[in-house]
Amino acid sequence: MELATVWFILIAVLWTGYLVLEGFDFGVGMLMPVVGKTNTERRVALNTIGPVWDGNEVWLLTAGGATFAAFPEWYATMFSGFYLPLLLILVALIVRAVAIEYRAKINDPTWRKNWDRAIIITAWVPSILWGVAFANLVRGVPLDEDHEFIGNLFTLLSPFALLGGAVTLLLFLTHGSIFLALKTDGIVRERAEALAKRFAPISLVVAAVWAIWAQLAYSEVVWTWVPLAIAAAGLALAWWFSLQGRFGKAFTANAVAIAGAVVLIFGSMFPDVMPASNDAANSLTVDNASSTDYTLTVMTWVACFLLPVILLYQGWTYWVFRKRISVKHIPEHNELTFSKD
Amino acid sequence: MEALDLARWQFGITTVYHFMLVPLTIGLSTLVAIMQTAWVRTGNEKWLRLTKFYGKLLLINFALGVATGIVQEFQFGMNWSNYSRFVGDVFGAPLAMEALAAFFLESTFLGLWIFGWDRLSKKVHLATVWAFSIGSLLSAYFILAANSWMQHPVGAIYNEETGRAEMTDIWAVLTNNTTLVAFPHVIATAFLVAGTFVAGIGVWWMVKSVRAKGDGPENTDARMYRTAARFGAVVMLIAGVGLLVTGDLQAKLMFKQQPIKMAAAEGLMNTEQPAAFSLFAIGNLAGNDPESVKHVLEIPGLTSYLATGDWDAPVTGINQLQEIYSERYGATTADGETIEYRPNLLVTYWSFRLMIGLAAFSAALALAILWVTRKKRVSDALWFKRLALVSIPMPFFASAFGWIFTEMGRQPFVVAPNPTGSDQILMMTMFGNSASVSAGEVLTSMITFTVVYGVLGVFWFRLQKRYTSEGAPVIAPPPDDTDDEAGKPMSFAY
Repeated sequence: MELATVWFILIAVLWTGYLVLEGFDFGVGMLMPVVGKTNTERRVALNTIGPVWDGNEVWLLTAGGATFAAFPEWYATMFSGFYLPLLLILVALIVRAVAIEYRAKINDPTWRKNWDRAIIITAWVPSILWGVAFANLVRGVPLDEDHEFIGNLFTLLSPFALLGGAVTLLLFLTHGSIFLALKTDGIVRERAEALAKRFAPISLVVAAVWAIWAQLAYSEVVWTWVPLAIAAAGLALAWWFSLQGRFGKAFTANAVAIAGAVVLIFGSMFPDVMPASNDAANSLTVDNASSTDYTLTVMTWVACFLLPVILLYQGWTYWVFRKRISVKHIPEHNELTFSKD
Repeated sequence: MEALDLARWQFGITTVYHFMLVPLTIGLSTLVAIMQTAWVRTGNEKWLRLTKFYGKLLLINFALGVATGIVQEFQFGMNWSNYSRFVGDVFGAPLAMEALAAFFLESTFLGLWIFGWDRLSKKVHLATVWAFSIGSLLSAYFILAANSWMQHPVGAIYNEETGRAEMTDIWAVLTNNTTLVAFPHVIATAFLVAGTFVAGIGVWWMVKSVRAKGDGPENTDARMYRTAARFGAVVMLIAGVGLLVTGDLQAKLMFKQQPIKMAAAEGLMNTEQPAAFSLFAIGNLAGNDPESVKHVLEIPGLTSYLATGDWDAPVTGINQLQEIYSERYGATTADGETIEYRPNLLVTYWSFRLMIGLAAFSAALALAILWVTRKKRVSDALWFKRLALVSIPMPFFASAFGWIFTEMGRQPFVVAPNPTGSDQILMMTMFGNSASVSAGEVLTSMITFTVVYGVLGVFWFRLQKRYTSEGAPVIAPPPDDTDDEAGKPMSFAY
């Protein structure tokens, strides 16, 4: 296989890692006020991702860096083309990192309430916009001969793209509620289990509609029906296992569904990395957007050596913090108040 | 303003903001790791208290450091897409390596360190803070390798057909001599910043504790903060020497590789032999009007020495370099306009002096701290407490001015030409930005980032101030063993 194709697959793997891991982070952020009525209950929810959310986010930075290294043309066109949506995502990620870390630093209801709001909003925004962005990659965007994006913001907001946004939103809500059901105990767990049972069928239906639309309208190959079917089966199983109360299996099924969706998206683009909707001749392809063989060889060695190590220590982190969290595990507020200020 | 100017301002603002936070993280993570090591090895509780105290300040800083860093990974593509296309084959590699080798390490092990106090054995927990610290150092190395390639492109050829730089030797890129001097210089900066931070807060608290409870042996707080102050001061001193040595090496290299940047730093208008080092200059530096600049205070021969190691050597001036550059890289643009190879003299001249001056001030302060706390002494002098507090921001500004000099001195190039390399691997900044992004869009993102960073910076400052004035926590005795293990509260929760 050509190295450029290998890197196309590797970038799909990085995105899968990001969406599976940050998917439940965003889900937890969006659901925090729903599963947690009191401050302590909200802290139960937030602390399920406490030790891991930052490492999860690095999958995105790595996907970005890998795209720059392996497909500079793609990196340049995509990020300058999706300028305003990307700006919104970045602002959300900036505020989110600070909100999670600063929320509990001052023991004051107003302080906490405002950072809670920030955590919720900054989980909603990227949850929707990542779907919009990926749908636009599937659908293609107008590009000129120099591979520059020639549309505007509204080009990116087609019904197909907006439905894509709804898909990631619902996937992440399901993913997050299943994750919470798996990682918490007591009242938070009960609420999360109920939510998971409610979200799973909705995300199955909406995702299926979008995926079939994508397959019929934009995929040029037949084999992408396979990941589509796997994704649909994953979502159906996630629903089924949720109803049975087997959330470990439901979580795995949902993760498989997200992976299936990424394979469908990347598979329907290949050999393009960014199809041009106006003229196929202007499309960015795996061949015309990639780096040289030398750079790809170097990066392949680096990735093959480091990715297993990363998976090992990230996996170990999840093992260390595997215990369920409930209200009784949340320590008293030992942070500071504003009073002495 | 045009999209190009706005994109330059935006990159400047976001990078300087990021780099206000980065050196503290890099330096302090290592210093906290050393403190925790001292605790694990000696069992002395003062080191545990200091670890927790400075560890908290480190985390407040790290959160915003990460947040401001996220933007950088995407900003190249957003605002500088033509640049990204030109250099991606080379520049992307260290960037991706940074994410794979450093970002994962940092963020994963920081999570383990924050939440792992009661989940991991003492030694494994200590290892997590070292992994975090090593991750932050590695990340600095890779990103500096990327930046140094822009200052001095090596290990690449120009492909006529695709019109881009292509990597031929990753080893050459990673061992670029510019990287090898920039990395220790930046690391020394990070330790100066963190050392001053630790020492400044240590002195402030030492004086405060002595004034509250006297300086008898029973005042364990004063002793503990004295330890912190001296620890920080030693780090400052070593970092100061490191900065001097690496700065000198860097300057000598820069005179060879980017002569016009160093000539601009010295305000050296015309070739001189020997060339003096200017301490203060008047005249129209801002207007880039070479003839009006007058040097008021000079050290004879020092610039010659800095450039070559010889006090009598000739050093080429800006006016002569402008001619040399025009001849080699073109005198006019396609539109027939003269290309100005001079960077902004006002900025390069003064940022260079502020960088050196502010760093020298910090190193001098370290000597004062060591002198005042000599032979088990503590101090209760109010002026000393205030001085310590005022000194904390100084190295932050020194490092910011250092970067402003490095980056603004590279203009008008975004990829500066390597005098011993290919004449085709260079890029003027004006050709690097995104053709498809309008000035309005860049303005939107610039205002958004500036406002968001500004607001978050206020919270950062409030928390640092609040947690500093709280002091090192008193360590509670371990909880009752009769509690059931499963229901034990977490040692830390957001």
